[in-house]
Amino acid sequence: MTRVGTARPKAEKKQGRVARYFERNRVSDGYLLRRDFARVVSSICRVVLLFGLCFLIMQPLLIQFANSIMSTPDLLDPTVISIPRNPTMGMYRMAVYLMNYWESLARTLAITFTASFLQIAACALAAYGFARFDFPLKRFWFVCVMLTILVPPHVIMGPLFMNFRFFTFFGLTNVLPINPPNLLNVGGYFLMVATGMGLRSGLYIFMLRQYMRNMPKELEEAAYVDGCGKLRTFMQIILPDAVPMLVSCFLFAFVWQWTDGFYSSMFLTGQGVMSMQMSGVSEAYRNWFISAVIDAQGGHGFAPPLAETQQIISIGLMIGIAPIIAIYIFAQRMFVESIGQSGLKM
Amino acid sequence: MVKTKGKRGRKGLSMQGRNAISGYLFILPWIIGFVAFMGYPIFQSIRMVFSHVEMNAEYHRFDTEWIGLENLRRAFFVDPDFTRFMTEEIMRMVGLVIPIVIFSFFIAVLLNQKFAGRGFVRAIFFLPVILASGVLVNLETNNSLLDLVSAQIQEQNAMRANVTGVLESIMVSATGAGGVMDTFMETVLNIINQLYNIAMASGIQILIFLAGLQAISPSIFEASSIEGATAWENFWKITFPMLSPMILVVVVYSVVDFLVRTDSSVMEHIEIRILRMLDYGFGSAMAWAYFLIIAAILGVATLIISRMVYYYD
Repeated sequence: MTRVGTARPKAEKKQGRVARYFERNRVSDGYLLRRDFARVVSSICRVVLLFGLCFLIMQPLLIQFANSIMSTPDLLDPTVISIPRNPTMGMYRMAVYLMNYWESLARTLAITFTASFLQIAACALAAYGFARFDFPLKRFWFVCVMLTILVPPHVIMGPLFMNFRFFTFFGLTNVLPINPPNLLNVGGYFLMVATGMGLRSGLYIFMLRQYMRNMPKELEEAAYVDGCGKLRTFMQIILPDAVPMLVSCFLFAFVWQWTDGFYSSMFLTGQGVMSMQMSGVSEAYRNWFISAVIDAQGGHGFAPPLAETQQIISIGLMIGIAPIIAIYIFAQRMFVESIGQSGLKM
Repeated sequence: MVKTKGKRGRKGLSMQGRNAISGYLFILPWIIGFVAFMGYPIFQSIRMVFSHVEMNAEYHRFDTEWIGLENLRRAFFVDPDFTRFMTEEIMRMVGLVIPIVIFSFFIAVLLNQKFAGRGFVRAIFFLPVILASGVLVNLETNNSLLDLVSAQIQEQNAMRANVTGVLESIMVSATGAGGVMDTFMETVLNIINQLYNIAMASGIQILIFLAGLQAISPSIFEASSIEGATAWENFWKITFPMLSPMILVVVVYSVVDFLVRTDSSVMEHIEIRILRMLDYGFGSAMAWAYFLIIAAILGVATLIISRMVYYYD
């Protein structure tokens, strides 16, 4: 569109623009109007649909948030539904104290980052092996990968626990004059995760393998022709191109590690990780309440009020998952950036 | 470890042989982990299916006594709940997985378009991934007091009329009971009623598809648009085939995730046997029978979907 002179009156300018639009539309045989109309309609549909779905997902959390900032009279007042009369952050301070929040946040971040990183590294290696190479017994090993997806760890919990508590490695330690080591600690957990046996590792291998199979082979072949070794090809050609899927896998690994109760209660007891703090907050509140009441009144009342227990659980949940959401918002930029990357490379 | 040596020894390995060795080296860490950590517990758990199991605390092991197929016979022919729970879960799975795959595919394509506030909307669609994971699933039902209250609330909600319920009764009275229209409406309204569950269950699937969409080079779309393809044709001729490997992942994940989730009735049934009653043999028998059936379902699904899957290589 050519620039309109600034001297003209506004109404005329507008009219001119509309007239020119229809002129362009006429020249394009009505294509322009049809295209713009379709664009507007589809974006309206998109807004309505996404708003509805977002609200559907957000609504329970919004209610929990509203409940979490209510003071005790608000909680008991049936006329207060979603906007509290006297908002207070008192229970947040209580939850932070009960969960030992900052310390457990630091520990959980360290453990979760390390574990997710090791896990995705092991899975990416295995996935590339399955995606690109042909070797004997490949199908057998892949069935084993699917088996690790299929069998949830709590079903084989008994044998699994025994295997880690007394790690004999097929009876090897029985032959040697040493006691079987106890691998039920952070080190043992990292060892397990780094060898691709972490939480849902099989799923990440499957996802990455499908993704890598769909990447063009020409780049690798070009790298081989230029004398690039297989590991270097993997590091410099495959990994940068697989960033979107690696980011997704990392996010899943991070979230599942963060909220996992099973392996955390097996390997990470005494570490005070966030998932344990989240599930233990109502119990901690109960204990605190009972001891506080006994101190103050000499043993009256054994259970804390229901509304406040509910409140402390909601708060524990919200401050427990807040760090993951922050990390997601940061990580999802990688989705956008990698488009440009793959576009450039191909 | 198997090393496939070529006929002419290490130095003159064929391309194939070298590829096999590299392949094994890439999956070596995984094999070590599997053999050392998972393989033995899985093997032991399978052995328990055919055994009577006693815990032996002194020697840190399980004492097993071979009893053949007795546990399996008990699972299928004696236990009154196992087969019923299993068929119910599988029926529900079929009704939920198909809408989930379609829904998440559609939403992923939508979220891949450019619009204002995309990052924010993506963050909201990521929330279900968090909320449906790990300890959060039964955070509120862990507390016995709250458990009671929530049961009461559910009871009250069940009595209260909902929008789709009213709609359904109007539709039924308008079209007359019975007939094809009736069952069709019922299915549609069921899906609408389950929309929240579907949205909450498809967070992971959306992200898988979204990552798959990034793999499609924009230059392909550019080329086809220049050749005069419409957006509709682009979708079916480019987006769909390029995303098809991910459809397989999503179907496999959705089926497994639904069937072995911790609060599924079969898994609860098994867990009570194993963890509370310490009846390892019977519990493992039910678990492995269930896994075998899931594996068969996955096999059939993979066979069907593999026909549609297009690999770029």
